[in-house]
Amino acid sequence: MARAASPRRKAITTLAAWSVGLLIFFPILWTMLTSFKTEATAIADPPVFLFFDWTLENYSVVQERSDYMRFLWNSIIIAGGSTILGIIVAVPAAWAMAFVPGRRTKDILLWMLSTKMLPAVGVLYPMYLIFIQMGLLDTRIGLTIVLMLVNLPIIVWMLYTYFKEIPGEILEAARMDGATLKEEILYVLTPMAIPGIASTLLLNVILAWNEAFWTLNLTAAKAAPLTAFIASYSSPEGLFYAKLSAASTMAIAPILILGWFSQKQLVRGLTFGAVK
Amino acid sequence: MATQHSRSAARIMMAPAVILLLGWMLVPLAMTLLFSFKQYLPLRGGDLGWVGFENYVRFVSSSAFWPSVQATLVIVGGVLAITICFGVLLAMLLDQPFWGQGIVRILVIAPFFVMPTVSALVWKNMFMDPVNGLFAHLWKFFGADPVVWLSEAPLFSIVLIVSWQWLPFATLILLTAIQSLDSEQLEASEMDGAPPLKRFWFIILPHLSRAITVVLLIQTIFLLSIFAEIFVTTQGSFGTRTLTYLIFQRVLESQNVGLGSAGGVYAIILANIVAIFLMRIVGKNLDA
Amino acid sequence: MGRITLDKVVKRFGDVEVIPPLDLTIEDGEFTVFVGPSGCGKSTLLRLIAGLEDVTDGQIRIDGNDATDIPPAKRGLAMVFQSYALYPHMSVRKNIAFPMRMAGIPEDEQKRRIDAAAKALNLTDYLERRPGQLSGGQRQRVAIGRAIVREPAAFLFDEPLSNLDAALRVGMRMEISELHAKLKTTMIYVTHDQVEAMTMADKIVVLRAGYVEQVGSPLELYRAPRNVFVAGFIGSPKMNLIDGAEAAKHDCKTIGVRPEHIAISDSDGQWTGRVGVSEHLGSDTFFHIHDTGLAETITVRADGEVGFRHGDTVYLTPREDSIHRFDEQGLRIA
Repeated sequence: MARAASPRRKAITTLAAWSVGLLIFFPILWTMLTSFKTEATAIADPPVFLFFDWTLENYSVVQERSDYMRFLWNSIIIAGGSTILGIIVAVPAAWAMAFVPGRRTKDILLWMLSTKMLPAVGVLYPMYLIFIQMGLLDTRIGLTIVLMLVNLPIIVWMLYTYFKEIPGEILEAARMDGATLKEEILYVLTPMAIPGIASTLLLNVILAWNEAFWTLNLTAAKAAPLTAFIASYSSPEGLFYAKLSAASTMAIAPILILGWFSQKQLVRGLTFGAVK
Repeated sequence: MATQHSRSAARIMMAPAVILLLGWMLVPLAMTLLFSFKQYLPLRGGDLGWVGFENYVRFVSSSAFWPSVQATLVIVGGVLAITICFGVLLAMLLDQPFWGQGIVRILVIAPFFVMPTVSALVWKNMFMDPVNGLFAHLWKFFGADPVVWLSEAPLFSIVLIVSWQWLPFATLILLTAIQSLDSEQLEASEMDGAPPLKRFWFIILPHLSRAITVVLLIQTIFLLSIFAEIFVTTQGSFGTRTLTYLIFQRVLESQNVGLGSAGGVYAIILANIVAIFLMRIVGKNLDA
Repeated sequence: MGRITLDKVVKRFGDVEVIPPLDLTIEDGEFTVFVGPSGCGKSTLLRLIAGLEDVTDGQIRIDGNDATDIPPAKRGLAMVFQSYALYPHMSVRKNIAFPMRMAGIPEDEQKRRIDAAAKALNLTDYLERRPGQLSGGQRQRVAIGRAIVREPAAFLFDEPLSNLDAALRVGMRMEISELHAKLKTTMIYVTHDQVEAMTMADKIVVLRAGYVEQVGSPLELYRAPRNVFVAGFIGSPKMNLIDGAEAAKHDCKTIGVRPEHIAISDSDGQWTGRVGVSEHLGSDTFFHIHDTGLAETITVRADGEVGFRHGDTVYLTPREDSIHRFDEQGLRIA
């Protein structure tokens, strides 16, 4: 906006924006608050908002009873592993598309994106079968590979758009300076693209962390990540508000923090450049 | 512009990604296609031979099919309507100058980062529970009878949960689009004497039309395959069985792979129809 | 050593022939400038020599060895790019060291060469800075430094001065000429600016649409342009080209007279016209004369002190021995 708004108008906007913001955030806030209550306070009638005896008990109970750390570890391995694997596969591909574009580059890129559009449920049983055959069911490696494939199009896409912003002359300079292709990518392109690679990494860790189709359908006990851990609370015996809240808070906190850093990249990563 | 050298290098560099995605796309797809033409019951005799298009016919003519199409349409349509309408309003609000813009933005975006199972569970228990949920307390406070949300208004409940998750996405993209609107254009229209409502209708909305289309298409693709929200809340009962969930049940719960695969092929075709439109827009934006 | 020979080199992009069969030899130690209007293929030609593009047909030889299929890194050439193409994430020192690091030159030798280059290019105080913290001229010098330390067989410059402002451009022009005098290494320099070409080159290659219009020393090109295009392109202000009756008097299609070869007078002369815009540079004055019946405008260079007003009638006399004659095909008639 070129003009400064009047103070009165700004005050009204501030009030409106904060109200809407807090309303939207409220379920998360409420969950976080509840996680510090005792089970009795959590279901008190009328509900208590802030003035209660804060306790960390739920967190330790959740950890003891359900081995939260194991699920967390699975989530970290699967989300991190799939993203890193994806980036290793995607960097060379994105390099090729950004700097050596051919007649079919655009088609390949669009085709890659289109694979992201396939409904997972359409290939559920085949994947199930393949996983059983290969002994991958309920393994972290199996899930890591699947999530890598699920997110590969987005990773390639994002890296491609970041690489496009790097002038080709610099890579040619490296070539003239005697760098081999590997050295060109490792010493020149990658360091220059670090911000872009970091955002890609971040967004895809988030997407993989929250993925809730394959993680629910291809894992049982051993490799289940946090999505499945939380889903297990939907059965009646798990229904303790405070503990549910503690578990939920722990499951979303790391990603909320990462997410706040990556909000700018979100648009780029999820609209495939159709909105700038 | 490049040399033969770099072109052949490029092919090699692209190969792993292309081969992986090609395999990921073709192998399971081929298997689904294959199963869809078979009577295939893993727990009741396994592969019982070819049946032609019978699965396709049975999937469509089963009593669960049309209700599932209806549920899918209601959920997708409802969420799209809510997220886009409120997304536009919210984006316009957040585009105004106010104190604490950064923080409010974060508050608004936060739900997008909550994993689907968590948001479904939190809404189901802590808000929609007829005894201890916050909504129940609220209703009682105003002297009304608490609603058993997930059985009395199951589709509305799911639409609400999913909208909460996707509103941030729509808002963020629309906000990005609004910010790219040239403020001089608005000022010019103000000079031309257009009142605020007309400015919105004739300047802002047309400017947003592309972003809205993109949000519409991307969300449609993701919403068509929502799963965890239903899995955690109603397990498909009370008329919330969407097409996706129906296929999931056919395949994994009743272990009728042939029938489920036929459903899967329908789902893939449906998603592709949407995807074609999205790819067109994306393709236009790719500077070739 | 750095003798570069192009033997019937052809470059096509799809169906478009950018460089038709072209033969050219650049002698060792020569400062050669490729000059021509934009789109004439001069940058493509440089990139072919560098190895950044493949030749479609023909052969490129460096010191007699076929280099056509050798990748750019192995050709022993160094290139200075229009955008300088410095590595933004590396310090100046690391930028300059990069080609030596790639070649596996020992650390102490690297340091020696960096220090020598930095001293020669006035970069010693900036070695630890990032390119982003440098001015345009300094970046340019870093790019040159990066090229020097490799001790290449030849330097390739791709419009290296076009991103600098006018004052710096003149300074850098001299520095590059100075560098060439000192190193005596082959340099190939691409520019669209004929002033750069005239001031720096031992040999100028004038290109148009991929064709070599003329090859020669700056003065050869100035004195005896091979055709109308070169005549119009080399020299500033442009040569006056006159068709029609006046040319027929000289038994040719077109005659050309440079502005500096026309005398201007208020009393008598061969041609008459009215003064249009006059540009006073102090040392010289350029008059644009209209209504001569010869061409749209005739440009005349006169002494800085000569003063005519807009609209004055003047008389012009070309120097008879400096009239260039061109035939129907635009070729020079000796």
